[in-house]
Amino acid sequence: MLNIGGLHEGVVIDHIKAGGAMQIYHYLNLEKIDSSVAIIKNAKSNKMGKKDIIKIEGPITVDLDLLAVLDDDITLNYIENDVIVKKRHPNLPETVTNIIKCKNPRCVTSSSSERGLAHTFKLTDRKHRIYRCIYCEQKFKGQL
Amino acid sequence: MKHLITPLDLSVHELDDLLALAGRIYRNKERYKKVCEGRKLASLFYEPSTRTRLSFEAAMMNLGGNVLGFSSADSSSVAKGESIADTIRVISYYADICAMRHPKEGAPLVASMYSGIPVINAGDGGHNHPTQTLTDLLTIKELKGDLNNLTIGVCGDLKFGRTVHSLINAMVRYKNIKFVMISPPELKIPDYLRRETLDAGNIPYTETSDFESVMPDLDILYMTRVQRERFFNEEDYIRLKDSFILDNNKLKNARKDMLILHPLPRVNEISTEVDSDPRAVYFKQAQYGVYLRMALIMKLLEIPDPYQKEELC
Ligand SMILES: [Zn+2]
Repeated sequence: MLNIGGLHEGVVIDHIKAGGAMQIYHYLNLEKIDSSVAIIKNAKSNKMGKKDIIKIEGPITVDLDLLAVLDDDITLNYIENDVIVKKRHPNLPETVTNIIKCKNPRCVTSSSSERGLAHTFKLTDRKHRIYRCIYCEQKFKGQL
Repeated sequence: MKHLITPLDLSVHELDDLLALAGRIYRNKERYKKVCEGRKLASLFYEPSTRTRLSFEAAMMNLGGNVLGFSSADSSSVAKGESIADTIRVISYYADICAMRHPKEGAPLVASMYSGIPVINAGDGGHNHPTQTLTDLLTIKELKGDLNNLTIGVCGDLKFGRTVHSLINAMVRYKNIKFVMISPPELKIPDYLRRETLDAGNIPYTETSDFESVMPDLDILYMTRVQRERFFNEEDYIRLKDSFILDNNKLKNARKDMLILHPLPRVNEISTEVDSDPRAVYFKQAQYGVYLRMALIMKLLEIPDPYQKEELC
């Protein structure tokens, strides 16, 4: 049973593949939010053996569905008044903007004159969680 | 407002319409010589591609329109670091339609996002070259009468050759299409094309490196170049390149009505002795390219064909 001690209101991001927490921390830009954030590494899990957990306190201002791009097996536990009010997996967003950067050197986003251009990826294969750059079709498959 | 950025931007129905218009123009060019009077095409070529640029410019002139533009990045404001978005916003006030060639993949899509006029992708790096693909379709449609029920041989560099990938993606939308992939084992079609297009659509295809044995099966033979730089060593290149050169000897078992296409420019993959064979239509293909671009300009400018009804009667 997950210990949510100390978290009165917020979200527990559970079932993160062990070792993936820091990547998620940076990916969601959690260093930029004011809320208190706890990272638990290598917690015991019946299902996964070992797992990571992130707890974020207070109202959530980041788009947690973005996590699906990396791993849609993650569980989001929403907590209000010390109880879990909602449990769900993140939904794969149809498009993600400025989260994934296109790494194709031939892509227009790599031009020095196009620095202001948003890096946008579209979901092209929901089953395999494959995103492609809208400009050059470079493939991205998120992994933790 | 519509743009043409990828070969699949047009539905099969829109494509039929476009090819039919191109066919009417081809058969009666005189009639269309004023339909774009007073209109301007901007040809924005950020890298030189003389043949494509001249084909677009000839198309607009044939319709009675005018052309303006630049033919390389050094002569344009891009040399001063202007973004594509800013350039196209300004060009939108100068011209009615534009054709953009750019070394970076996706540049014409960026232009279309900020443009006040229709944008035609005239080639973005090795990515898409939709007017080439549409020209291939027009050539087949005009000379075979139909885009259904064909066995299409594609030969050469099938791994990196984007013209071939685009042709395959465009042709699988028609009925009863079979492909014969002819290439050295090193240059077979990429896995994603196999998986996402051919297998996903249950499209029959065979793969071989024996050119001559499959020749009698083909309705269309689409030739592309095997490039030296694709090989790790010179011996492999020399060993393989001759097996994929088309000459009269290899053609002896081909059907009498087979068509030989090539996107041009050719280097040595089609021997010049083949040029006089009536099945060699690659120069005709370049001619069709102009009519295709004429039809495309009319469609994107939403200029109705004054002669459409006549043909239906
Ligand atoms: Zn890209």
